[in-house]
Amino acid sequence: MSDLQPQTKRRPDGAALVIAAGLAVIAGVMLWDSARLADLGGYSGVGPASVPRVVAGGLLGLAGWTVLAALRGDFPERPPQRVAPVLWIVAGLAVQLLLLHVAGFSIATGILFACTAFAFGKRNLAMTLPIGIAFAFVVWVVFSQLLMLHLPPGPLEHLFFPGG
Amino acid sequence: MGAFDFLMQGLATAADPMLLFYALIGVTLGTAVGVLPGIGPALTVALLLPVTYRLDPAGSLIMFAGIYYGGMYGGSTTSILLNTPGESASIITALEGNKMARKGRGGPALATAAIGSFIAGLIATLLLAFLAPTIVKLALVFGPREYFALMVLAFVTVSAAFGDSALRGLTSLFLGLALACVGIDQLTGQARLSFGQAELLDGIEVTTMAVAMFAVGEALFIAGQRDQHDDEVTAVKGSVWMSRSDWARSWKPWLRGTVIGFPIGAMPAGGAEIGTFLSYATEKKLSKHPEEFGQGAIEGVAGPEAANNASAAGTLVPLLTLGLPTSATAAIMLAGFQQFGLQPGPLLFATNPTLVWGLIASLLIANAMLLVLNLPLIGLWVKLLTVPKPWLYAGILLFATLGTIGANPSSVELGMLLGFGVLGYVMRLYGYPIAPIVVGLILGPMAEQQLRRALSISQGDWSYLLHSPIAATLLGIAALALIVPLILRARGKGQVLAQLAGDED
Repeated sequence: MSDLQPQTKRRPDGAALVIAAGLAVIAGVMLWDSARLADLGGYSGVGPASVPRVVAGGLLGLAGWTVLAALRGDFPERPPQRVAPVLWIVAGLAVQLLLLHVAGFSIATGILFACTAFAFGKRNLAMTLPIGIAFAFVVWVVFSQLLMLHLPPGPLEHLFFPGG
Repeated sequence: MGAFDFLMQGLATAADPMLLFYALIGVTLGTAVGVLPGIGPALTVALLLPVTYRLDPAGSLIMFAGIYYGGMYGGSTTSILLNTPGESASIITALEGNKMARKGRGGPALATAAIGSFIAGLIATLLLAFLAPTIVKLALVFGPREYFALMVLAFVTVSAAFGDSALRGLTSLFLGLALACVGIDQLTGQARLSFGQAELLDGIEVTTMAVAMFAVGEALFIAGQRDQHDDEVTAVKGSVWMSRSDWARSWKPWLRGTVIGFPIGAMPAGGAEIGTFLSYATEKKLSKHPEEFGQGAIEGVAGPEAANNASAAGTLVPLLTLGLPTSATAAIMLAGFQQFGLQPGPLLFATNPTLVWGLIASLLIANAMLLVLNLPLIGLWVKLLTVPKPWLYAGILLFATLGTIGANPSSVELGMLLGFGVLGYVMRLYGYPIAPIVVGLILGPMAEQQLRRALSISQGDWSYLLHSPIAATLLGIAALALIVPLILRARGKGQVLAQLAGDED
């Protein structure tokens, strides 16, 4: 966010160098992919591979610029971060992704709900998990039965709506 | 028929009870999310997009516009009572508004913000209605090269002209452009960057990306912050009504804020926050009580609030007349139009005038609804501020994944949601702006198409792009917008630009 005050430190910024490398890798993938496209430029001389190449070129340039900025210590100071809560949310999303088609929307999303609440300090999973699953089930009923959205059902949903 | 007749017809369309209902839902939701710290209008519209697949296009678009206006109103409440702006355009309001609330003048601060927003919204929407036909006439002579130039200008202003670093703005933009290349090429049908995945052939969904960036990225960022104290809500004491001197000190800032905010929103120059900064500076200079600034000056609330609503209406000018989004919220609204197979632009005014004018007229109605929602019912919204963070963010993520699953219940789509969410977190952590990547993803394919059409017309002659005076001027402005800020920053005058940072809304 924009209110970070840059604290000029004159030492290479390791994280910024990693970002630069990442940009260069994306550029490399784009160039590799565009090389196998038949360049049907037609009248314009600009084919399907041209724009990816220009964008890849831009990314390579920006990667170089990022390296310069990293060496000069131009990157803003990062706010100190706690890793555990971030991982809890990522884990919640990953579990939801894996369980969605097996356990159905309510259970998978209820787990995500409880994990997120945990990350923000509500640590009592015995309370948050049932609340999450119940809430997700209500949401499932409203959106899949009333608004006709396709949300994968699981054992819980089949129990209450055998037809759906 | 003139704009006035069209507007009257539009009002007749918008007075349909069903459409009024959609507008009411929109403004209520918009106010609610504007009030909730951490979610802005861009995210709300993105969350609702999949839900509205099966609804009526006119109703959905009216609802989206209501959310946009409502978010601008609601944001001021959070800024004044909580000192945590709900959206970036309300940062300035927090400066003076929260000071007023702490002195027990929260009521008048909320009132001047709401009435100022109403007046600015009214004037700016009328300006939109009367300007639109003229711009549409102009836009009809636009060919591919003019559109391409316009999009280049939008790219530069969104990414590099404001904010604290051209490097990070451009990096965000180019990441968006790179993601825009994924999928089937529109002109030759070849698959690009899809790595044999069928899901990637259609390209990357703008809504998935936006929801990931705004909801998942933001939740991760807030969760990772060290100090997890709940901010204190300042209670509204005394009357919400403004005294005679409050009125006398507010009406000029309202009008000046409107005059400043509208053109800034209408130009392809980024979000609503820039207008609020300029309005604040103007009021500080013109005020008879400059010593009160920083201590709770009512002008410092009235002007910027009017400016942010006027620029919200201004943003709709290029969106509706040219199909050009200049803020993240406008970009998502464009995705909303496209979802219904509608392409905003001059042709839409010709092919679907009922829809366009109904939408514009419903903005006037939504604006009036918002005044009612925000003044007498303010106590209700204040209660929303007390929702504890664990429940708030757990709910946000529930609805974020609901939207993605509803649009496409595939693991690849959810995987992208997670991946882009982590990307959004890293970008926030390292100070990369979010708006350019969203605008790059949505405008990238359009810019590419226009460029290739233009070059097909000229048979590959690039100088053709500069032979049209309009296109040449636009590209010239774009070049200036790129180079001048670079020079300013190199000379150590980057502070002002950093303050004008285009944030997510």
